[in-house]
Amino acid sequence: MQLPRPRGPVSAAVIGALRGGPFDAAAVTAATPAAGLREADVQLALWTAYEVGYRGFDDADPDAERDLRVLAWRKAAEDLLEADLRARTSTMVDEARAGGRSVADRIAALVRDAPGAPLTRHLQKHATREQFQTYLADRSIYHLKETDPQVRVLGWIDGPAKVAHAELLYDEYGGGRPERLHSHLFAEAMRAAGLDATYGAYIDAVDAPTLVSNNVMSLFGSQRRLRGAALGHLAAFEATSTDPCRRIAAGAERVGFPDAVAAYFHEHVEADAVHEQVVLGDICGTAVAADPAIEDDVLLGAATCLLVDVEAAQALHDLLVADEQRPPAPLRVLRGERAAS
Amino acid sequence: MTGPRPDRPDRQARSDRPADPVRVRLCPGGPLLVRGAQEVLDADGVAHPVERPVVAVCACGATGRAPWCDGTHARIGPRR
Repeated sequence: MQLPRPRGPVSAAVIGALRGGPFDAAAVTAATPAAGLREADVQLALWTAYEVGYRGFDDADPDAERDLRVLAWRKAAEDLLEADLRARTSTMVDEARAGGRSVADRIAALVRDAPGAPLTRHLQKHATREQFQTYLADRSIYHLKETDPQVRVLGWIDGPAKVAHAELLYDEYGGGRPERLHSHLFAEAMRAAGLDATYGAYIDAVDAPTLVSNNVMSLFGSQRRLRGAALGHLAAFEATSTDPCRRIAAGAERVGFPDAVAAYFHEHVEADAVHEQVVLGDICGTAVAADPAIEDDVLLGAATCLLVDVEAAQALHDLLVADEQRPPAPLRVLRGERAAS
Repeated sequence: MTGPRPDRPDRQARSDRPADPVRVRLCPGGPLLVRGAQEVLDADGVAHPVERPVVAVCACGATGRAPWCDGTHARIGPRR
């Protein structure tokens, strides 16, 4: 993958630094305002700073992962993002903490009370093939590295929680069968839908809420300090998957895509019905029993997932519906040109 | 639900140690989580092979993917 196209001064500076260019971390940090934190410029910069630690970029400096200037900026941006997430989820977390008999109950209550977005119902009942393609391209930022952000937490937990998380990861990673690797199934679905399944192909096309949704997984999944949030995020993610996946599979069949598209979502109805139980009871329940101090962060992670994923789904839904009056836009998105926003 | 089957001597012969027991956990209001089974027999006696490390077997009767859980129990509400 090549480094993405900058979306503003902060992402331009970070991308330039990762290429090996000059970078003034203090100046760029000062130019990273809390007010613009959730804008595409800062979020793309953060996504790029994380991505050097996943698959990397062909045109980045070989040692970009350890560029201390970028790491210094990343820490400052992460502190702003974490503070923003804690502030925006505090009511949800306080209410969850006050009820329920166990952390699994409290996460389940968060999930039950969270608002939804009309995106998956739109995909099920109304979306055109082009709108479906836009959805798949948007989701590819995560699904082509599905589960990779949830791996490192395995080393930060122990005992029954570690065993159950390893079991979940093994299932996500194909259960010993490369052809069942979930990221591979998503790539097959993309190709079947007529999309480019190259890793990162659509990064220049996705909007800020999608980048936020991806970045919170990397934020929680890259620091031992936030291990509880990583587990809570995973719990909410799995616990809100089966219903939407069932609707999306029905929509993929309705628009007449080849079977590989619906197959990916059917697999996730079945797998995530399992994972929801495993992550609530066997991972979060036992991890909190062993280390009660992480419970508040487990709830923070769950509430964050519910908050930012609904924001991303609502934004994408609104983009798709707006494009019904402006037909060329989905194609512009797919070609990697920025949709007017 | 069945574990390693005694009517399959070939499967027994390949292992020189006793198989792990099948473990079942009841999820309140949800499915049965089953580990270590090789197949699940549905109500008609049809065997469904277990193809993941742990499976969720529907216990509410409302699944659209029998015998596996598909999350429908959460929509129909707890049976209490």
